[in-house]
Amino acid sequence: MSLNRPDLKIIQQWVKPNDKVLDLGCGDGELLHYLQQTKQVHGYGLEIDPDKITTCIGKGVNVIQQNLDAGLTNFKDQSYDLVVMTQALQALRRPDMMLEEMLRVGKECIVTFPNFAYWRCRFYLALKGEMPVSKSLPHTWYDTPNIHLSTFRDFEQLCKDRRFTILDRAVGNGAHETHLASKLWPNLFGELAIYRVTR
Amino acid sequence: MPNAIPEDSVGIVEPQIARFDTPLELACGRTLDSYELIYETYGTLNAERSNAVLICHALSGTHHAAGYHSMDDRKPGWWDAYIGPGKCIDTNQFFVVCLNNLGGCNGSTGPTSTNPATGQCYGPDFPVMTVPDWVESQLRLSDYLGIDVWAAVIGGSLGGMQALQWSINHPERMRNTAVIAAAPRLTAQNIAFNEVARQAIMSDPDFHDGRYAEHNTIPRQGLRLARMVGHITYLSEDAMGSKFGRDLRSEKINFGYDVEFQVESYLRYQGDTFSESFDANTYLLMTKALDYYDPAADFGGDLSKAMAQAKSNFLLISFSTDWRFSPARSEEIVNALTEAGKNVSYTCVESPHGHDAFLIPNEHYEKVFSAFMQRAAQSVGGDV
Repeated sequence: MSLNRPDLKIIQQWVKPNDKVLDLGCGDGELLHYLQQTKQVHGYGLEIDPDKITTCIGKGVNVIQQNLDAGLTNFKDQSYDLVVMTQALQALRRPDMMLEEMLRVGKECIVTFPNFAYWRCRFYLALKGEMPVSKSLPHTWYDTPNIHLSTFRDFEQLCKDRRFTILDRAVGNGAHETHLASKLWPNLFGELAIYRVTR
Repeated sequence: MPNAIPEDSVGIVEPQIARFDTPLELACGRTLDSYELIYETYGTLNAERSNAVLICHALSGTHHAAGYHSMDDRKPGWWDAYIGPGKCIDTNQFFVVCLNNLGGCNGSTGPTSTNPATGQCYGPDFPVMTVPDWVESQLRLSDYLGIDVWAAVIGGSLGGMQALQWSINHPERMRNTAVIAAAPRLTAQNIAFNEVARQAIMSDPDFHDGRYAEHNTIPRQGLRLARMVGHITYLSEDAMGSKFGRDLRSEKINFGYDVEFQVESYLRYQGDTFSESFDANTYLLMTKALDYYDPAADFGGDLSKAMAQAKSNFLLISFSTDWRFSPARSEEIVNALTEAGKNVSYTCVESPHGHDAFLIPNEHYEKVFSAFMQRAAQSVGGDV
């Protein structure tokens, strides 16, 4: 079996067999389903969309309806090996507080988010003078769920301020590959930021 | 009356009776030496006997969960919307069993049955039942039917409590558990509502300390009031508002105490129908079973320790406007299950119908429930 989303392909390499995993905003359960089959992880996905919840249940992925903006108060300190959140951090009311929560509940966390300093975004804004719209950021400014867009640099500054340790950093881009330029200058050439963080 | 049986109905069904002569020890310390359970089945048990599903009923439920008893029936069984060919609990795939609980008044041994010790009906002498007592009696029915492992045990409200208790007490004998619109135990407010209902019944002059049968009467007024109070708590404020608003039965108010608002008329009708069909002692007993329910009590008050006994996959469903057993109560069970590391999925269904929503068709509810049951069907194996 294989994963479709490029960020998930990178993330799965960082998951250890038999890990206890919490996937925040798990969507249709693609990652957890893959990890259950290939790494025997035990986990739960949190999701609010009823149709996605149905899809998860159909796949045999444990899914719990929960609004992430309400925090993770129903999960105990350090009760999971890994807490994952893919492409949802930027849609939360307080991404910083969610990161704190993720590292309270999990020993490690993995987050991915669109890099707003990606060169295409910069060009779009600089040349058109409009908020960038792209494949990874498909919404217009007034209806976007992405209310806290950030960049590689912004995120690393936040980790520094909060004394989080970045264990791994990877770059995802439209070509679904990591090329040299995006490795050297992720903030300019990386479309998607992928981080593994601990406290 | 159905002019024709709908295609997705289990059709005409016939209740059956199982008799048990092995004494059943009850939580209250008393013993039932012999008893009968009335039940219905829908669908076909496969050769491996692995596709059986047990349905546990709620406070006023019966063994008649689906289909019709005759072409003269006005309505099908109480969960017909969810049990039948192609429905969530698909009778093309599952062999479905639903029984009337001990202490009931629909055919299983209960307060209206004859007490072999006296030759009179039990009345108030029928022992108070608990959810674990019911689970033990249901276990005996499983043995009687030759079902070693249930593909799923399912219930809503008080029925959900039985399903949950099954998963704790008999984890080896079930693969899946669906707990719908339930709670891990009642709140003070819930017990209070039950107490009002009981007081309504017990203060009726026709109650005669529960021996109304000997006086050839029933505590009609008490049961009626009890049902009216209960019914208010099963509906949401919005559902009542949109159904009745402040509509009057006649064009103007009359400055009197007859029925004036439509909602009054509705409640009186509900109360009247119920008081003619339900036994008062059974009602008292059922509300007590609700009040006493507390599976965590055996585990130092720690629900996750209780749930650690379980081995099945769980589906928990709550309803957005249910204030009798609110979503937060279902979430307590979900949290206990995740803490215990069990397989569990949970959804809170948007519905305007309050607690009653678990009986009413709803797209999201049906999709999630079906997806869970389809997984259950896959794990059953074998052909019907």
